[in-house]
Amino acid sequence: MEERESETSNKKKNKPWAFWSWAFASVIFRLILAYFPRNLNFSARPEVSTPLTSFRRLAEGYWLKQSSMSPYAGSMYHGSPLLLSILGPLTVRRYLWTSVNCSDVKIVCRYFMDGNEGLPNQLICSLVFVIADFVTAMLIRSTGLNLQMAYNQSLKSLGLVRLLENSELILSGDIAALVYLWNPFTIISCVGLSTSPIENLVIMLSLYGACTRRVPLAAFGWVLATHLSLYPAILIVPVILLLGYGPDAPPRKLLLQKFRESCSCDCSSQDKEQTSLHKELANQSVQPMLFSWKPVVFFTLWACMWAFYVLVLCAISVKQYGGLREMFKRTYGFILTVEDLAPNIGVLWYFFAEVFDFFRNFFLIVFHVNILFMLLPLAIRLNHRPCFLAFVYIAIASMLKSYPSVGDLALYMGLLGLDQLLRISIQLYADMQLSFFLFCGYVGVSLLSPVMHNLWIWRGTGNANFYFATAMAYACLQVCIIFSFISFMKTLTIILVVESVGAMLNHDRKLRKLSATAA
Amino acid sequence: MAFPRFAILFLFLLFFLSQSIGKEEEFSEELLLKPLPDRKVLAHFHFQSRVPPTETHGPHHRLFPKAIYQLVHKFHIREMELSFTQGRWNYERWGGNDPISSNNAKPPGVELWAVFDVPQDQVDASWKNLTHTLSGLFCASINFLESSTTYSAPDWGFRQFAGNLRYGTLPREAVCTENLTPWLKLLPCRDKAGLSVLMDRPSIYRGYYHSQRLHLTSTEFDSTGLNMGIVLEQTLTVVLQPNNPGNSMTYSSDSTLPQSWSLSSLFGRKVGGKCVLAKSSNIFVQLEGDLVSELNSRKKENERDDTDNLDFEGSWSNFGFELSVSPDSVINEINSVHKGGPSVMYKFLVENYSDSKPFDLGLMWKIPVAWSCPQAPLQDNRFLMGSGNERGAIAISLKPIKQSEGFQTPDINNRDKCSFHVNVFQVVPWYVKVYYHTLQIFVDGKPQSVPDVVTKMRVSPSEDKVSPGVMELALKLPCGIMSAALTLDFDKGFLHIDEYPPDANQGFDIPSAVVSFPDFRASVNFLEDASSNKSPLLVKMQERSPVLSYTEVLLVPLTTPDFSMPYNVITITCTVFALYFGSLLNVLRRRMGEEERLLKSKAAKKNEQFPVLLSKLYAKLRGRPWEPPQSSTSTSSSSSSSSLLSSKLLIKVVLVAAVAAGWQYYSR
Repeated sequence: MEERESETSNKKKNKPWAFWSWAFASVIFRLILAYFPRNLNFSARPEVSTPLTSFRRLAEGYWLKQSSMSPYAGSMYHGSPLLLSILGPLTVRRYLWTSVNCSDVKIVCRYFMDGNEGLPNQLICSLVFVIADFVTAMLIRSTGLNLQMAYNQSLKSLGLVRLLENSELILSGDIAALVYLWNPFTIISCVGLSTSPIENLVIMLSLYGACTRRVPLAAFGWVLATHLSLYPAILIVPVILLLGYGPDAPPRKLLLQKFRESCSCDCSSQDKEQTSLHKELANQSVQPMLFSWKPVVFFTLWACMWAFYVLVLCAISVKQYGGLREMFKRTYGFILTVEDLAPNIGVLWYFFAEVFDFFRNFFLIVFHVNILFMLLPLAIRLNHRPCFLAFVYIAIASMLKSYPSVGDLALYMGLLGLDQLLRISIQLYADMQLSFFLFCGYVGVSLLSPVMHNLWIWRGTGNANFYFATAMAYACLQVCIIFSFISFMKTLTIILVVESVGAMLNHDRKLRKLSATAA
Repeated sequence: MAFPRFAILFLFLLFFLSQSIGKEEEFSEELLLKPLPDRKVLAHFHFQSRVPPTETHGPHHRLFPKAIYQLVHKFHIREMELSFTQGRWNYERWGGNDPISSNNAKPPGVELWAVFDVPQDQVDASWKNLTHTLSGLFCASINFLESSTTYSAPDWGFRQFAGNLRYGTLPREAVCTENLTPWLKLLPCRDKAGLSVLMDRPSIYRGYYHSQRLHLTSTEFDSTGLNMGIVLEQTLTVVLQPNNPGNSMTYSSDSTLPQSWSLSSLFGRKVGGKCVLAKSSNIFVQLEGDLVSELNSRKKENERDDTDNLDFEGSWSNFGFELSVSPDSVINEINSVHKGGPSVMYKFLVENYSDSKPFDLGLMWKIPVAWSCPQAPLQDNRFLMGSGNERGAIAISLKPIKQSEGFQTPDINNRDKCSFHVNVFQVVPWYVKVYYHTLQIFVDGKPQSVPDVVTKMRVSPSEDKVSPGVMELALKLPCGIMSAALTLDFDKGFLHIDEYPPDANQGFDIPSAVVSFPDFRASVNFLEDASSNKSPLLVKMQERSPVLSYTEVLLVPLTTPDFSMPYNVITITCTVFALYFGSLLNVLRRRMGEEERLLKSKAAKKNEQFPVLLSKLYAKLRGRPWEPPQSSTSTSSSSSSSSLLSSKLLIKVVLVAAVAAGWQYYSR
């Protein structure tokens, strides 16, 4: 035992150093990859750059704006005008070609088909995205720390010390952050110059703000995330839950049960001291489950303020190009009515390319209502685990959204690593039978999808159905992951119940023994 | 710009002409024949009808087609041009700097542009109505130009008109006799008499290039009071290969004898006199300046005293060739700007001939001669770059045809400072999504920064399913360039299955780009003796129109979805969503029950019949011996429950996979 403890302490000492080294290694890895954009050419992959996140479209929007046209003219750019003014100047090309030979009728242009951007600007751009990724990882880490503290507290209040002992083996947040940083999808979307790292950053900012109860930060992150890509608007539910209940509240039923048990314990035991202790315990545990309205009201106020602020900024920047109405039409309208039917990893592009025009509106409503429909049941079920709820929401949105990219996948993978309970239980019980299947599925899809895309688009030997089949498999995988993790969460709650009951019984037994010996 | 001023001057001239001639309707028919350097013959029919203004002469006409008159009045057309073309004008061989090529070389398919005399907001409505009317009038699918995705409103890149110009092309329109017949119906003599008798359908459509054009100029609605009525100009330009069985075998070499031809060998018909309604009916044979000087130099070499003379039996012989009919007059070009020298026109009056004495002009070459046509300053080519169906690039390359010579420039003296302008006008359909920020310009193979070369640029980017992308560029290029190129990257769009044409895998056409050289004017001045009744064709050739050329039509293959399976896609996608919805609902709903069950089993061990039964059932289903649940340890129960779930899920996944496999099998 002593040896083990020393080992764990060693680990504890080593861990921070190891974390930082791994984190920096990932940053350096990104920078190395970013230095060879022409060889990798991730920015043109349909998995990375959707019409919403494509950097090339952003460059076109900026060019249009510079030539005093609306950046939204021409159905090219569909992002935020703020992003345009921040990232736009980095897209200006410099003339740095080395080998262009146009002597003959056929222009032998090696620049073509690769990143056309001049090298230094391109590096600065990727630096921005690397920094965004790194900051996101840091936010995940500190959110994780926060969550773990809260979780330990709640476990203590439940008296589940056994779980706590085991959980000491795992260091909070680090793994989640490293999972986020070293996720190949994150790396690809970062190196591929899509704007999804920035969207992920603001989403994470919101969750971090909510976890640490920094209401203005949470509101800022939420408003900005909603502004950048519409779907994070649904994260208002977990954010409010986080603010209301605190980062980690045990299930209400568990506490009630515990309370009941302690009461029954109370009745059985004659010792007054212990009764008072129990009462204290019960009070402690009951307290955090009260929904505190104050931060929520603050959040609403702050969100209104930030939204107003963002809208004013947008209105200023699109004033001469049709105003806010045009902006909403070209951003949110473009997201909601799936106009661009270019293939991506989702399923909606092919669906809306094939569906009869008569039914188009119906299916648009169905698919988007599907996202909204599940919000409330999930919120009721999982209100004690807001971070997990956020994961489920993001996963659902990334499956049903109109232009999904692997950036969303990267985010919800990171959030998945964040949930303490899940990780502990995975470690303790290794109960995720499907995890291997899911892992294989993800690997398979991510390998097959480029192959099918190549067969269809570039070689012309395949068929659209080939690529659509991989998109279908990907959607199924996401269904599986949502399903299995929620059902796993359910079993976890049962475990918790069982554990708590067991712990309670043990406690009672000990008390009885004590009282017996005292007697 | 000198052009508008000159045009006004010209209009004045026409005005006075019409005043002096009298205020009658007039119709004239003319045919220009021109041997081409590559053994082909250009035949250019030119019919012109003019009607005096309605204000002074009323709305009733003797000659002028009523349909056109009504069209002009209904849609308030100031100017309109409609052309049906098959084949591509070969700028390199057939010339690019003369009025014929800059006015009559048209992009393949249908091209329509019109200037309306209506307020700005009604222009589009007028255009839409006009396309439908013309579609009915000419038996063509011009009504496809109604959709806002096909037409554009060029500002200055195409013509020098502000505002009310609309321009649209249908590159894939097949042109045939059903378009020619209504066109001929507009002529007072149809094809029963006069020059149009020559339009034998098989011989016309056998040609290498065929373009029928209808040009309308109306001043009916002019506010300046310069009302001269409507001028309808109908031209048919064909490039034919004369097929004389005698000397057709020698093709390639430079010194071969040019192909001799006659009207009957070209068209298979002869002209039996003029259309009686025509004011004038002339046939011209034009020899290029280069050809004339070549012949003259040959003559000097040979030093034979073989002057132009009248032979016996009415034929007319020159040193190099012999005309079977002696021309009524020979007209020389004046103020020639081309380096070859002045070109020569031989004029024949058709009114001297009749059915009994048909006119059959033949041109017989005597010596082998090679020459070239006047070229545009730069030859333009357009092509696609890249492979695959995801993205590509459009490149327009501009090159002088003869690299060594360079070309004539307005001010050739200060060569290093000298520069000339090139206007490029390009319309790109919306499914070719051009990134205009990727515009790159190469001069002599070196990339140039865009502001250095582009003096003026107007881009209206394409909007999905609403409008095409229009780019108008004014380039300023140095004189002595060897090559210039523009490239633009694009992404290929993906369309809804209804938007694909029936032959989707053929690809989509990007209409021709128009490259014009505003510094150069294509005009040929012919010195004619009697200026009172000037031939409309020669007047037309004197107009200083800018040198204009069309690039190739590009064929862009777009990716196609599987057209056969909308139902499959809908059902399968919906299955996945149902799977998502059902499983999520299931997992949310069932949690409650199981938990309660578990609690029940915890609380009262006697009442555990149901879960045991359930687990027995599952055990049977899974073919495993049933193990009684050990309720004291939590792990096993939870694991069993979750494994049950996961097995169910696996079954579902396998089911979906089976469905998918079946679908794939079926779709094969």
